Amino acid sequence: MTEDRTATDLNNENTPPHAMPRAPLGILSAVPKHQVETCCPAPPALQTPRPVSTLVAFQSPSLLGDTPSAIGAVPRLNTRLTTRDRWGGLKVRLGLGRDRYAVEPGLYAVGHPDPQAPVLVTANYKLSLDSLRKELAHLDAWILVLDTNGVNVWCAAGKGTFATEELLHRLNACRLDQVVTHRRLVLPQLGASGVAGHEVQRRTGFRVIWGPIRARDLMAFLQNPQRLNPSMRRISFTLKERIVLIPVEISSALKPTARAVGAALAIALLLGLAGRGTLEAVFRCMLLGSVAAGIGIVSGTVLTPILLPWLPGKAFALKGASLGLAAAVLCQMLLYPTMAGGLGMALALMTIVTSSFFAMNFTGATPFTSPSGVEKEMRVAIPAQAVTMVIGTIGWLQAIWTG
Amino acid sequence: MRNMTYLSGVGTLTYDASRCNGCRTCTLVCPHGVLKMNGRRAMIHDRDRCMECGACARNCPEQALNVQPGVGCAAYIIQTWIRGKDAACCGDKGCC
Repeated sequence: MTEDRTATDLNNENTPPHAMPRAPLGILSAVPKHQVETCCPAPPALQTPRPVSTLVAFQSPSLLGDTPSAIGAVPRLNTRLTTRDRWGGLKVRLGLGRDRYAVEPGLYAVGHPDPQAPVLVTANYKLSLDSLRKELAHLDAWILVLDTNGVNVWCAAGKGTFATEELLHRLNACRLDQVVTHRRLVLPQLGASGVAGHEVQRRTGFRVIWGPIRARDLMAFLQNPQRLNPSMRRISFTLKERIVLIPVEISSALKPTARAVGAALAIALLLGLAGRGTLEAVFRCMLLGSVAAGIGIVSGTVLTPILLPWLPGKAFALKGASLGLAAAVLCQMLLYPTMAGGLGMALALMTIVTSSFFAMNFTGATPFTSPSGVEKEMRVAIPAQAVTMVIGTIGWLQAIWTG
Repeated sequence: MRNMTYLSGVGTLTYDASRCNGCRTCTLVCPHGVLKMNGRRAMIHDRDRCMECGACARNCPEQALNVQPGVGCAAYIIQTWIRGKDAACCGDKGCC
């Protein structure tokens, strides 16, 4: 989700003081200078040129000082979330600054790990690290944070940043072979689409152990890996998990819709002024058109995620269209029972298409839609949506013209 | 949500049982229980649940599994149509 950001963008960002890479700086004190570009963070003067992604101003996770290790002091993570962590998590859930919510990659600790302690691997999206560390209250472990451009484990694995190469690089940079005496890494199961466990073992000697999907099952898994409940290896998509996605769906729908509605209203106004209707009738039609689009957005981005399992059909565009139809019919019966048939039909079509389109976009947030399936659905849905939208818009403009 | 099946018969997952060494890794990494052990070899148990994440294929040391991995996201696919596969990204869209 951050790949399109350019170096220029990043350099222009004002770096707030709290976002400086305070985190693993502690490690430098014990590391000889010639090895400094290794693990994580070095003061700017010592840094070698790094990939664009790491120029991001990092968020600092809350720390509890340092933990000694064979390679020097390693920053120790607080396993309790502070108010600021929760506030930051809430903001990204609302879609604010989601592509700037990264922590410094590198080695961290929780508790007081020794060279026998387990190593847990995660991504440098702060929400990912936060949801991991808050589950580790009574654990002594090393946490290896990979540079995924501030993207969560699963998406990063799919896009090749939570990947074998990055893991090998980070193992080497953090000199993990000196920090621990065992040769085991616990990775989240969803990282498997990016990391090849057998490759890691062949090239480093570290054995990859696939942990559970959810951080909250991790303690049970570490205590007894053999007795992992199969449900811990299955992705879920509960009502709660769907609801938390809604704000981001809305915020990403608003921008394109505002543009389209703005353009349509401008055309409608010109047409209305030239047409035969009264100004009042023209404005009423314009308002109704905006309401129709608004209902479509609510239906596609709010109601579709909530009602997903109960909506008819498998294709998301169909689910959204049927919900949009129901919403349009209901609204017209309740709000405008006296509306002219032609205009009512046109508005319903606009609501149906808007709802269908945004429901289709929700495929990207679900954990079960395959790219082959989405592409197949879109090849049918997009032409159908386009034709329906044109018919609906013509009907609406005609109502504006005649007043 | 219990029934997480999407369109059926579209997936690109293939499996060559003769290559399987019985390591079970694919059955551990699949988030949808698509693969199961059948004696000493893996088998495709529920093909229509496959979301083509590619975890099984990447972690199969014998290359017995093959899948065209990708992102099942409409916004992303629209971008690949407009800008081409390499330039496409999720941007600040709510794709993942």
